[in-house]
Amino acid sequence: MMEEQLTRKQLELSEVRSLLAESEGVEYWRSLDELAQTEEFEALVQREFPEQASELVDPVSRRNFLKLMGASLAFSGLTACTIQPSEKIVPHVRAPEEIVPGKPLFYATGIPLGGIATGILAESHMGRPTKIEGNPQHPGSLGATHAITQASVLDLYDPDRAQTVLNAGQISTWDLFLQKLATALGVQQLQKGAGLRVLTGNVTSPSLASQLSALLREFPQARWHQYEAANRDSVRAGAALAFGESVNAYYDFSQAQVILSLDADFAHSGPGNVRYARDFAAGRRVRDGQQKMNRLYTVETTPSPTGSLADHRLGLASREIEAFALELASRLGVDAQISGAAAETADLPKKAAAWLTPLIGDLQRHRGSSLVVAGDQQSPAVHALAHALNQALGNVGKTVHYTDPLEADPTDHLQSLRDLVVDMNAGSVELLVILGGNPVFDAPSDFDFEGALDKVDFRVHLSLHGNETSRLCHWHVPESHFLESWGDARGYDGLVTILQPLVEPLYRSRSAHDLLAAMTGQTGKAAYDIVREYWKKQFSGVDFGNVWQQALHDGFISDTALPSRSVSLKSPLILPPGTGVQPEEGELELSFRPDPLIWDGRFANNGWLQETPRPVTKLTWDNAALVSPAAATRLGLKNEQIVELRLEESVVRAPVWVLPGQADNAITVHFGYGRTQVGRVGQGAGFDPFPLRTSRSMWSGRGLQLTKTYESHPLACTQDHHSMEGRPLVRQATLDEFLEKPDFAHHMGHDPPEDLTLYDKHDYDGHAWGMAIDLNTCLGCNSCAVACQSENNIPIVGKEQVLNGREMAWIRIDRYYKGELDDPEIVHQPVPCMHCENAPCELVCPVAATVHSKEGLNDMVYNRCVGTRYCANNCPYKVRRFNFLQYADRDSESLKMQRNPDVTVRSRGVMEKCTYCVQRINSARIEAKKAGRSVTDGEITTACQQACPTEAIVFGDLSDPDSQISRLKGSPLNYGILTELNTRPRTTYLAGLKNSNPEIVEG
Amino acid sequence: MAQIFPRSANWASKASIVVGLVAIGSIMGILLNINRTYFVTQENVPLKQPVPFSHKHHVTGMGLDCRYCHTTVEESSFAGIPPTETCMTCHSQIWSEAAMLEPVRASFRDNTALEWNRVYDLPDFVYFNHSIHVDKGIGCQTCHGQVDQMPLTWKASSLNMEWCLDCHRQPEQYIRPREQVFNMTWQPPPDRATLGRQLVEEYQVNTSQLTDCSICHR
Repeated sequence: MMEEQLTRKQLELSEVRSLLAESEGVEYWRSLDELAQTEEFEALVQREFPEQASELVDPVSRRNFLKLMGASLAFSGLTACTIQPSEKIVPHVRAPEEIVPGKPLFYATGIPLGGIATGILAESHMGRPTKIEGNPQHPGSLGATHAITQASVLDLYDPDRAQTVLNAGQISTWDLFLQKLATALGVQQLQKGAGLRVLTGNVTSPSLASQLSALLREFPQARWHQYEAANRDSVRAGAALAFGESVNAYYDFSQAQVILSLDADFAHSGPGNVRYARDFAAGRRVRDGQQKMNRLYTVETTPSPTGSLADHRLGLASREIEAFALELASRLGVDAQISGAAAETADLPKKAAAWLTPLIGDLQRHRGSSLVVAGDQQSPAVHALAHALNQALGNVGKTVHYTDPLEADPTDHLQSLRDLVVDMNAGSVELLVILGGNPVFDAPSDFDFEGALDKVDFRVHLSLHGNETSRLCHWHVPESHFLESWGDARGYDGLVTILQPLVEPLYRSRSAHDLLAAMTGQTGKAAYDIVREYWKKQFSGVDFGNVWQQALHDGFISDTALPSRSVSLKSPLILPPGTGVQPEEGELELSFRPDPLIWDGRFANNGWLQETPRPVTKLTWDNAALVSPAAATRLGLKNEQIVELRLEESVVRAPVWVLPGQADNAITVHFGYGRTQVGRVGQGAGFDPFPLRTSRSMWSGRGLQLTKTYESHPLACTQDHHSMEGRPLVRQATLDEFLEKPDFAHHMGHDPPEDLTLYDKHDYDGHAWGMAIDLNTCLGCNSCAVACQSENNIPIVGKEQVLNGREMAWIRIDRYYKGELDDPEIVHQPVPCMHCENAPCELVCPVAATVHSKEGLNDMVYNRCVGTRYCANNCPYKVRRFNFLQYADRDSESLKMQRNPDVTVRSRGVMEKCTYCVQRINSARIEAKKAGRSVTDGEITTACQQACPTEAIVFGDLSDPDSQISRLKGSPLNYGILTELNTRPRTTYLAGLKNSNPEIVEG
Repeated sequence: MAQIFPRSANWASKASIVVGLVAIGSIMGILLNINRTYFVTQENVPLKQPVPFSHKHHVTGMGLDCRYCHTTVEESSFAGIPPTETCMTCHSQIWSEAAMLEPVRASFRDNTALEWNRVYDLPDFVYFNHSIHVDKGIGCQTCHGQVDQMPLTWKASSLNMEWCLDCHRQPEQYIRPREQVFNMTWQPPPDRATLGRQLVEEYQVNTSQLTDCSICHR
């Protein structure tokens, strides 16, 4: 064993670097291991699953093995002889008019995240919400969704949700709680609420805000505080610096030709991201006569999904981004001064400095059609500079619009929480009501929220799950999921979305509306009445019944978007001291980011989000300290090695992950992991970086000290799983190269002639389904993967099984790097089943469990499958997934309700794979046949296609020459992967294009 | 040492080969056919129900159309089991005191659902859609038998895959004019196949596709 370890080829970064410099063959690579051809990687390529992974994981002795084999022999075949258990049919007593058993209904509602709502259509089967789609009419969605949105339905059915009112951890009742609350409020009444505090997340909901102000009227000395760990304080502070007032900016990417992102992951996180992704992608699509592309420059600390689409991307630490923005602003004529003592601004890395002149030229050529966006994690100064730059470039009113703030009360969250903590420590808080959130876990560590909380006499927490905060509160009230309760919230442009429930609360839970009603003497008043009455007052004088019905139908109240307003930029712009200051030699910065999928930890118990690989790192079930390859070489760090991160006095132990594209002087940690009071899914996943995050370092901390340990922590990273090693899978060119040679993609591979096959040709009949995926607009955001999981009842397998390469996702997103180690280009390639016309899997199945349909689908028949796994062995694309164990949870009652009734729940021992959502095809075909017409183009959308924010996935009928898919397949950019094997895949790709600025020389 | 087996034992050993083969064949035959027996398929076995509902009485006796109760048969995969409300449209007026109907009244009164035992229960990996079959001219009677003659309801077909495929392979043998779908007494003309082929053509039944696995399994 020791010997093996000694001889095992280890990853040496310096070696990788030189290999990469020498090699001309390796153009795209997925991981450092692949570049170095380490044994781990070789093993993955050779075996598909790592050594021993495909055997049963239980320790099985020889005797046990023989017993099992004997038993299997005896029972083989007999399993098919079970007589089905008898079932009941339970009809309604009084049937609701609109429910047709067997047909889903869709309700327009919204998902609130950080207070901002995005419109959704929730699918309901006989009263059970099963799937979430985007609302095509909602401007924040246009029919697409974020991965978190897709997964939110699983939270509703989470068996670990809080289910009863708890008093000091003991089961209690809502009525008893109300009694105690009334007593405590009675005491507050006498002192005008001097000891009453309410803590909420970010609130944009007008009706909730009106309830809060009613509360504050009743208790004039009470205070309302807001705090979210992933807050937008910098955005607000930046607007205040630039304009002296709080305003909301939103962007119109459809008008933007040249975009500069200062660490803004605009297409993947923050308000409006789904809409922004759509508009941004539309400007990049070179097809149907469009020959122009927008151009995105990104400087960012950690590679983001948006950044991976950038035409020019650079990893910069946040201080360097400040310096970059300052330099850019001064050269574009922005009058900005840094208050306080003059300090040397940070030197820009050579590459960034080389960018400036071409970038400025490009921006100036696109006055009014350019856009500068700053990320939520950037300092207020960067936001102020971005506003000033947009003003200087004449973008205001064109690509940038300003409105009043979305928040009902736009306060600084950090200050708000600080005030609360000060009051708590002073003993002046007697009754604290926390509506949602988890401040004990995610408040800045220097606040010692936990200690302060202890000084409050009566603490109430309302939340979906019992979490770290609930544990320390006297009362915990289970909160209703947004699919169970009425509410409202504003979208990115201020449009009011009505949140309507699809189902009665599963566990007698309450919403924030209910609790506030109880506090304002309206106990028992339904949230429906509260929301409806609020809006009725706003629409006095018109026929409100119609307005309300329309709003429920559409999912939003029309014309409630906040109107554009004018702003006046302060001149000169006074920036806070220390902006862009030169860091000390070798100083490391620690950047904090919310996890792209489990966010600030609130989705930590959501298995779909835990197991979906993070967009760029491809890590599952864990977070890590992300280090650039150069820093890893300098500091002598290896993947999975545990390091101690010390910031000020706090120390946290974290595993290292070397991430090409990461800024050299910054180490990034994603927060949200390391929860201690969480359900069965999130328990033990990741480490908690919050102890390092203080009020002085909300997004980045200076002077990070890093100590190596010689321990390691295995990380379940999927980047090398299902590798199709070294073949021209990703094809890309620059826009200029494409215009010169449109069919470049075809010269990068080999397509054998159609009639070259030993087997009989399939005779097709009628429709011919096919798919095309546009690499030009794929962000790698994983919406498709989670949508697929939700639609097709795909189980999760857990970290141990992911380490064995057994994750079940039917559509995986392969992430490739291109070029040099430190600042590579990043390309995402979603890989579903190719539905090959000459499918290698079909030929090797001994029981014909995978066969070709007349419409060209590669059908998978679960009830025939005996689990030989020959098909998966023979699939060159590695898209087949095997149920090694009983992954689908057949025991949790609540999870059964989430499942799509139109798709089989697979058992252990069965192969499965992408079906092109055959249930949707069948349903559309049946409806069309009944109506005596043929299926129209666009009538069938696969789950992945529907969820995709950038419309990168197109599905349709190849036999219809006018369909969108047929047009795309005719594009010169269209190519298939591994076509040299003569598989003739039905899923093809549109080659990616980069609109590089010819004045910037890469490398 | 004398031989243990006499010469005649050769005969026995030869016979044992034949007997063995026959035995193996019989066992396999039994195993293959056991799934086709009524014992397994539960065909022709009336199920106990909370109320002994008689289709014979309601259809033949009272002349109710199938769709009076099975309302969604033309639009959805599921034909629909009537809510208690539907029963009570008549039974609040007639037989309103009958002891036999007490479970129905109790359901309506207490707002608790009636729980019927499922007669036709397909395996969970099979997806059947009533509406398309009705639309393409497959009569109720074709699968459900003479329901109009059933005092209690039983399964009239095996629901084995071979039974499904029998029709999916040659729908012309089973198809009938659309307007006769709900007619329980329709008699096919002597030359059924000719009419069948004509209807298959007219209703655009895509016969080649009917045996695709994904038509029923997904």
